[in-house]
Amino acid sequence: MRNNSTKLIFLAVLAIICILLYGFYDIKGGFDYAFPKRMMRVAAMVITGIAIAYSTVVFQTITHNRILTPSVMGLDSMYEVVQTLIYFFAGSMSIWVLNKYLNFGAAIIAMVLFALVLYRFLFRADKHPIYLLLLIGMILGTLLGSLVTFLQVLIDPVEYLNLQTRLFASFTNVNSDLLYIAIGILLLAFIYGYRIMGKLDVMSLGRENAINLGINYDRLVMNILILSSVLIATSTALVGPITFFGLIVANLSYQYLVTYRHSVLILGASLISIIALVGGQFLIEHVFELRTTLSVIINFIGGIYFIYLLLKESRSAG
Amino acid sequence: MIELKGLTKRFGKKPVVEDVSVTIEQGKITSFIGPNGAGKSTLLSMVSRLLDADTGEVLLDKNDVKKWKSSEFAKRVSILKQANYINVRLTIRELVAFGRYPYSNGRLTAEDEKFIDQAIEYMNLTEMQDKFLDELSGGQRQRAFIAMVIAQDTDYVLLDEPLNNLDMKHSVQIMKILRKLVDELGKTVVIVLHDINFASVYSDRIVALKNGKLVKNGPTHEIINSDALREIYDMDIPIQEQNGCRICVYFNSHT
Repeated sequence: MRNNSTKLIFLAVLAIICILLYGFYDIKGGFDYAFPKRMMRVAAMVITGIAIAYSTVVFQTITHNRILTPSVMGLDSMYEVVQTLIYFFAGSMSIWVLNKYLNFGAAIIAMVLFALVLYRFLFRADKHPIYLLLLIGMILGTLLGSLVTFLQVLIDPVEYLNLQTRLFASFTNVNSDLLYIAIGILLLAFIYGYRIMGKLDVMSLGRENAINLGINYDRLVMNILILSSVLIATSTALVGPITFFGLIVANLSYQYLVTYRHSVLILGASLISIIALVGGQFLIEHVFELRTTLSVIINFIGGIYFIYLLLKESRSAG
Repeated sequence: MIELKGLTKRFGKKPVVEDVSVTIEQGKITSFIGPNGAGKSTLLSMVSRLLDADTGEVLLDKNDVKKWKSSEFAKRVSILKQANYINVRLTIRELVAFGRYPYSNGRLTAEDEKFIDQAIEYMNLTEMQDKFLDELSGGQRQRAFIAMVIAQDTDYVLLDEPLNNLDMKHSVQIMKILRKLVDELGKTVVIVLHDINFASVYSDRIVALKNGKLVKNGPTHEIINSDALREIYDMDIPIQEQNGCRICVYFNSHT
């Protein structure tokens, strides 16, 4: 335990160093202008990082696997569908785009409904629901992706460009109006999370052992699915989809902090997220001089890591 | 007291358990026996609310199991299934500590620690309690899981084929411990067994199932005789008495 608290303190210090570096390094053209702007981005990255880390860890606990993430359920695609439908039918000058709260609300509601319908529909049959859920999620993800592509081909080219900026993850172009709602959602998620931390630990023993120990398993799984969807919706609305990010930070956290305690795992994954996002963005801006974007690098490294995990898993299974 | 009333479960159209009514007597070991696919494990899963029955009900102290609050039920009845794959790394002690979750909700008190120590000692795991589960042999793992259920300190302990993959020595050890749980601590044990002789030697009552239906239910000595066994297993099984134990010599029976 003490070992893990040292590790967490180390991660926290590293995260703070990254934030300070990003905030103060090489400030030009007026501190009063640049600093608040940078802090706004830092806040967005911290929120995104925590939301993705948190949702991925709890999602992987209820599905008992360490490779699949909420985006596999088609959640990211659902966000793209909602945005594409809005641009397609209402256009970029409609209230659904100009009012960011409305836009955000629509996306969140659609994503949670999507997760719930999937869950309700599938849980009427009570055999291996999670695997079925994931498989159908993957298929639906592909279906929704194709639908998006189909609509994007038909859409007006100017609208398409507008849509595209919304669907690509970017930390330099943060949706800052949503920052306060995002902070509120994150706080609520943590208040709820605080109450179920112990239950999450028990959930990692598997369905049967968890029920034996008095967990109301199916209801908890549903609550966590909703929690996961809301968190992913929040981070996606803030900066756009980053597919492989949750996978990297969750697995690094499992590897670095060998424990079953979710309080430790989630804190660790959140800190690693902050380091990766803020530190990574610092490198992008000052070393690569904005010749690439962070999400490209994250998906590149994450993709390689994903393949590594798949190979490792299949070797240990075989 | 646990009562099973008219339990039926279908997977698809095929009934796996059909209209089974049994009363589990307190302070005894009751064994569920029967051929493969008789519905023993399904029945146990329904008693322990891992599975919902299609029709019929399970009553614990006259109250429907489904109406019990999960956390309260977990203080009265525990269940251990056969396959226990866990993908987190735990030591034996950490696993056993989970058995106290219904009482402590994750914050262990001194009393919880005492129960954990006792359970670990009961299963002879004290020296290796800080080893990780993935470093253990099948028998040691099985004992660790049983220790968790013992730490849970429930009146009823349900076990689904706990002797699977265990050698003779460990099988006997575990059955002796279950006997001790009943005789010394006054627990009620319900166990699904494959080996008829373990059922004969260690249990007080036997419930026999065949094709999902209840065929026999009674004290051990009424079930362990050639006539009753023929009805259950469709085999002629001679029985020999050894030191007061009835042993079924089925190895070269005509089938």
